[in-house]
Amino acid sequence: MIVFLAGQKLPGDPGRAILGPLAQESGVRQLDHKLGVDRPLLTQYDAWVTNLLHGDLGTSYEYNRPIAPMIRTALANSLKLALVAFLMCVPLSILAGVVAALSYGNWPDRTISVIGLSALGLPEFVSGVFLILIFGIWLNVLPLDATPPPGAGPGTQVYHLIMPAIPITLVLFGYIMRMARAGTIAVLDADYTRTAVLKGLPRRTVILRHVLPNALLPTITVVATQVGYMVGGLVLVEYLFHYQGIGALTYNAATNKDFPMLEAAVLVIGIIYLVCTLVADIAYTLLNPRLRLAAD
Amino acid sequence: MSATAAPIEPSGAVDAGSASTLRREVWRELRHSRSFLIGMTIVLVWTVCAVAGYHIGPYTPFEQNLNAVNTAPSGSHWFGTDQVGRDVFSRVIAGARSVMLVAFAATLLGTILGTVLGLITGYLRGWVDESLSRLIDALLALPVVVTAVLVVAALGPSSITVALCIGVIFAPLIARTVRTAVIQERELDYITAARLRDERGSYIMFSELLPNVMPPIMVEFTVRLGYAIFTVASLSFLGLGIQLPTPDWGLDISQNISVVSAGYWWEVLFAAAAIASLVIGINLVADAIEKAME
Repeated sequence: MIVFLAGQKLPGDPGRAILGPLAQESGVRQLDHKLGVDRPLLTQYDAWVTNLLHGDLGTSYEYNRPIAPMIRTALANSLKLALVAFLMCVPLSILAGVVAALSYGNWPDRTISVIGLSALGLPEFVSGVFLILIFGIWLNVLPLDATPPPGAGPGTQVYHLIMPAIPITLVLFGYIMRMARAGTIAVLDADYTRTAVLKGLPRRTVILRHVLPNALLPTITVVATQVGYMVGGLVLVEYLFHYQGIGALTYNAATNKDFPMLEAAVLVIGIIYLVCTLVADIAYTLLNPRLRLAAD
Repeated sequence: MSATAAPIEPSGAVDAGSASTLRREVWRELRHSRSFLIGMTIVLVWTVCAVAGYHIGPYTPFEQNLNAVNTAPSGSHWFGTDQVGRDVFSRVIAGARSVMLVAFAATLLGTILGTVLGLITGYLRGWVDESLSRLIDALLALPVVVTAVLVVAALGPSSITVALCIGVIFAPLIARTVRTAVIQERELDYITAARLRDERGSYIMFSELLPNVMPPIMVEFTVRLGYAIFTVASLSFLGLGIQLPTPDWGLDISQNISVVSAGYWWEVLFAAAAIASLVIGINLVADAIEKAME
């Protein structure tokens, strides 16, 4: 939370930022007073924390409107985008990772690994540009605008979100696929897998019952920790596709020195990150009998 | 007698020159690695562009020809021209400089800071280690791009801010790797011997430990360089890095993406392809080095 104190301490005069460089000094000072930013830092911090505990995120300097509803709308938009990305990415990358591991060293493994490595390194806006050119311009099959027309049904909304979701999917694909592959390879080597094979169980049963549940344990943790990383990707993707999500909100607040908005947005991102890490830990414990016993 | 003496001699020699033997072995492995050769070729081509790019293009990257704006690729403009009639090919070649320079500076800074931090935390342990590790955890609580957006927006956009910011964010990540290597290394006999000789801590850290933890640092450096290019390009795309009219891939893409819907695809495609090839090249090299070190 001390991080937010740093946010308040950042150089840059909000009054000046709102009124522009040509405004008179007296006007700037008057606005600073109205916003309360000329008060001592501790008083400001105290007021901020007190309001926060009452569920009040404050008022945006830039829009002169309460922040909470704006954050809520942006968050809902980002969650839709993230959900589309996740639904495309997680099953696909786990499948790819397992297929790669099962054909370890052969061509499917090598092809998937090369794709994963390239996907991992490409910045979201670069793959976004390729997608815009290929699907938006040349093939003209996907809409360029991520925001659907007002009143659009869920189907249309998803249709508009497919293209922005793919760049996020690609980066996550690299990570999750690698983990799934490494996990599966390790489990395939384990004694209990050999036992299952030697018992004469069909390959299908061995893979579904013995290999997958154990191989995917570390993958779950990666999926959850990647959510935090994904927010970074959202900043870029929402900027590229002009989508009003939490990433775009943070970026605008930062460039416009809208400190209350910036602090609220970063706070929300931090909380999401923490919750995801916690969920990952809980899921991991529930799925791993060894940890469950140790806790008892 | 000479037959029995022979096996003893090499074992002594290996001890003295183990670092250079390792380097030679890694090098031999790398020379036969296809991904290393491909990656290195890509990186070298872009390095040449970064050094001489302003002079080897057919036009200068700033030259505007208002009689030829938004022209499609042709014989006189291989990659076409942009909205103010600048030659895209020349700008793509010259654009290698800013991203590579900033990414390299950021990675170097991060590696030096991280190595010093890792040596100190790994060697001293105790409360120094504890408090530094907490600080590192706090720094890593936010996604890199978000932290960078905050810092750069506060301090104002510039290449130096971007390099400093990425370097400082990378330092704890590199420190973690170095610390793990140091903790394994500090239990070995030569460190105990140095301590019994009553050497100073700084001498042990930088003259005894450092040369022996160099391999993981080298791997970390190449891996981080890939990430640095990723982040630098992303930040300049957001307009937070280098400013116009300097040719820069990320910046040029964000400047020209709005006219793509009018069909001027060449104004963004080649810069995007340039970033993609550089990132893939460095990742291929990093991957090969990592494999060879094992």
